[in-house]
Amino acid sequence: MDKIVIIGNGIAGVTAARHIRKLSNKQIVIVSAETDYFFSRTALMYVYMGHMKFDHIKPYEDWFWKKNRIDLINDYVTSVDHQGKRLILQNGEDVTYDKLILATGSKPNKFGWPGQDLEGVQGLVSKQDLDLLEKNAPNNKVCKHAVVVGGGLIGIELCEMLRSREIPVTFLVREKSFWNGVLPDGESAMINEHILEHHIDLRLGVNLDEILSDEKRKVRAITIKETGEEIACDIVGLSAGVTPNIDFLKDSGIELNKGIKVNRFLETNIEDIYAIGDCAEQHEAIGNRRPVEAVWYTGRMMGETVAQTICGNKREYNPGHWFNSAKFLDIEYQTYGWVFSTNGKKEHESHFHWRHETEKICITLSYDTNSGKFLGINTFGIRMRHEVFDRWLTDERQADYVIEHLKDANFDPEFYAQYESDIVGKYNSEMNKNIQLKKKSWKRILSLGA
Amino acid sequence: MSTYDRSMALTGEPPKALNLQQKLATFIGVTGLGILTLAVFNVYFPNKAFWLTISLVAISAGIVWFSVAAYAQKHKGIKNDGVMFKSISSRGFWGWIAGILLTGFYIVLYFYPQYLGLVKEGDNTGVIALFDPLSKLLSGNSASQWFVYGTLYTIAILAFGIKFLWKYRHNSYEKIRTLSVMFFQTSFAFLIPEFMARLNSDTFSLPYYDLKNIWPLNYYNFERYRVNSFIDAGDIGLALLIFGILSIFVITPILTYKYGKRWYCSWVCGCGGLAETAGDPFRHLSDKSQFAWKVERWVVHSVVVFVTLMTTAVVYSYLGDDTSKYWLTKTSFLISVAVILTLVFAWVMIYKREQLQKDAQYGAVGYFVIIMALVSFHFFSGDGNVFLFKAETLRTTYAFLIGSIFSGVIGTGFYPIFGNRVWCRFGCPMAAILGFQQRLFSKFRITTNGGQCISCGNCSTYCEMGIDVRAYAQKGTNIVRSSCVGCGICSAVCPRGVLKLENGPLEGRIDSKEVLLGNDVDLMDLVNNK
Repeated sequence: MDKIVIIGNGIAGVTAARHIRKLSNKQIVIVSAETDYFFSRTALMYVYMGHMKFDHIKPYEDWFWKKNRIDLINDYVTSVDHQGKRLILQNGEDVTYDKLILATGSKPNKFGWPGQDLEGVQGLVSKQDLDLLEKNAPNNKVCKHAVVVGGGLIGIELCEMLRSREIPVTFLVREKSFWNGVLPDGESAMINEHILEHHIDLRLGVNLDEILSDEKRKVRAITIKETGEEIACDIVGLSAGVTPNIDFLKDSGIELNKGIKVNRFLETNIEDIYAIGDCAEQHEAIGNRRPVEAVWYTGRMMGETVAQTICGNKREYNPGHWFNSAKFLDIEYQTYGWVFSTNGKKEHESHFHWRHETEKICITLSYDTNSGKFLGINTFGIRMRHEVFDRWLTDERQADYVIEHLKDANFDPEFYAQYESDIVGKYNSEMNKNIQLKKKSWKRILSLGA
Repeated sequence: MSTYDRSMALTGEPPKALNLQQKLATFIGVTGLGILTLAVFNVYFPNKAFWLTISLVAISAGIVWFSVAAYAQKHKGIKNDGVMFKSISSRGFWGWIAGILLTGFYIVLYFYPQYLGLVKEGDNTGVIALFDPLSKLLSGNSASQWFVYGTLYTIAILAFGIKFLWKYRHNSYEKIRTLSVMFFQTSFAFLIPEFMARLNSDTFSLPYYDLKNIWPLNYYNFERYRVNSFIDAGDIGLALLIFGILSIFVITPILTYKYGKRWYCSWVCGCGGLAETAGDPFRHLSDKSQFAWKVERWVVHSVVVFVTLMTTAVVYSYLGDDTSKYWLTKTSFLISVAVILTLVFAWVMIYKREQLQKDAQYGAVGYFVIIMALVSFHFFSGDGNVFLFKAETLRTTYAFLIGSIFSGVIGTGFYPIFGNRVWCRFGCPMAAILGFQQRLFSKFRITTNGGQCISCGNCSTYCEMGIDVRAYAQKGTNIVRSSCVGCGICSAVCPRGVLKLENGPLEGRIDSKEVLLGNDVDLMDLVNNK
């Protein structure tokens, strides 16, 4: 009986384990030094904010693992000996494997800033980071001011978390506008406004220069490169992206670049060793995706895929249409297909943007300038139906068709105000068209009676 | 992980700190309650109408001001910061104090109303006397402990309803639903029955009847004295009696088919109304374990069996044997009960069996056999003792165990300990019957949005019915659970827009996915369609 060992109990590793169990009787072992049981990393913020306790963010009850014969080892893997097919743990013991899945995830980027290893400087990726934050910023007496560096998804979450304890936050964003390397300008501008509404001191277009220490090697202040301004603070949150967590593999013989190099089958250069999730790096980017995808959903999908391969149904990692979601303070964001930022737009990519007059609600629809083909949509403050957009992308619908059937895709709760007619009106007047909005149809939504 | 708060302070660090306005509002509300407490201890209030008004206004104003102070300055959106840190909402010191006080109140209310000042012959004293002016204004009669309770209950739903409206002011579903429970409580449960009492005279008398309170929640609706007084009240009474029967056999199934059981449990019902308003801060305390779910299924369905047996026995006990006097006799009644139950049982077992869990099938068969055995037993046993026990024994046992202890003392008294829907989840036979139908024959479902779930757990945590919503969402399965009352909070607290309550076609209502949307199209086909 094959023994499958998985390093990492995040979403990628755990999904792989669950699917291998569904498909086979193999022995499964998960090794992690983070926590005893799987928890949802994306939910760590809610524990700090008091929406949930740590127990709530564990998706499976503790008996689940034993019942499904998934053995858990809480220890740190110091090295991989692929010739001996074994792992060496920090406690000195060995774990042998027949097949090894590396799912070690990410760690926060540190760009060599002076003072980046001081006490009070931290990221937010792991359970340990959460515990550290609870220590560094328990309240606004101990932590009188916080600085968050890096305007991405974790950055804005860190700001929201700290604000929930009424800690004043300065938010340093390198870009001229929040996350505008990803978001089109109109959306990015709306999020800027929302950040300010939440009394977060947003600094756009600035870089961290230096983190200053007090006499106890604890953070005292930071300085801004562009202005030289010094901002006193008790904590510095680093959220300038993440990087694969692969230091322990340096001399293992496994091919590394930024991440662990894998082919489309998620195989590394060493037989019987696979890598999935944040730590994996594709030799060639797939479509418009990045070679390293540090996203919850892609971690899960790689887990689903590698389980098939390991259980004898060898498959390429072949993700479907891109989708993602996030929440910026009070504003929910969903995206389906590809919508690039205003600067990063592809050739022949055009955008149609609609924003509500007073509410923080907007959408951006991207389409091919020449053919009018629908490419993707970003929505803020409106929920959309994944299945419907996935189908429209597969069917290569025209942007006109999407606009016409927009009501089919609405996923907001019942009785919510609906904005489709506004959106269609603006679309018609901008494009000089006369599209009539179709009523919602269950038949189309569920593709019934087709 | 022991995180409960030993601090007795009302305030703390943000986000659990109360601002100055909230403190003042709390003081005003507690003052209002203080007046009632003093009245309980027979402190004399010279002008009862005045002091009652002061007290009730202070309670309401305190709650409303507290809510405005809590939410008005904040952006609209989810307001769960610090829920797990606050002593009152995380089984801390204040949670236990509130639980003990509420439980104590219910015990006195149900079993020792004399301590509240109820006097059977003569004028009331204590806090009940304080409510006399209001009761006389509405119905013309003196107050009873139930009038005091009904008034406070209505105020709780209205004032905490306003709090809920503030809290969820971004969410139209929650706003409309809450206005609905506030309306039904004020009119149907509180004012209309009082006005109906006003119509009573020496020659015409209707029983106290909250029209939205449907059997079997209203387990006493078909008891002898009520049925008699319905019939004695002529056409109006008869219409009400027929309405009561139609409610459970016709109106309820149609509405539940169209909208799920939420039309009742979280839009109309008084128990649900209190749970959704005053009980809202405790919704996350419900037990989400699979074990609790098993207990729930057995307990709540046992209560259904109990109430069915009890009602059958009670009705049976006052029916006659003579077909010439009245068409419905003991025998024909029992036979029709048996026929209805057999039809339901046969329908489920023939058409819906594959949708039931193993233990539900065993349970259904077991209970069916027991009921049928008891019904047939009647034909071989002597009179009066249908179902082995005297009807009166069954009735009083049910009224004590289920009607008082379960729905009142545990159901509401334990809000701060077990969550706000303990009664609805484990005890309410109405919820069980509606849920049975919702599970097997309804257009309602909570749709999961493809592959968007991040397993964060907000939905499960804030499900008052203890449903592990996340377990479905992360599998890409729609949620079709009999216990779901359709409160919509899972959908509201979801940070990624994954859940939507909706009524749609029966086809494709439940669909389990192994590989979620977003992955390889061929892989999804391969795994999901085999």
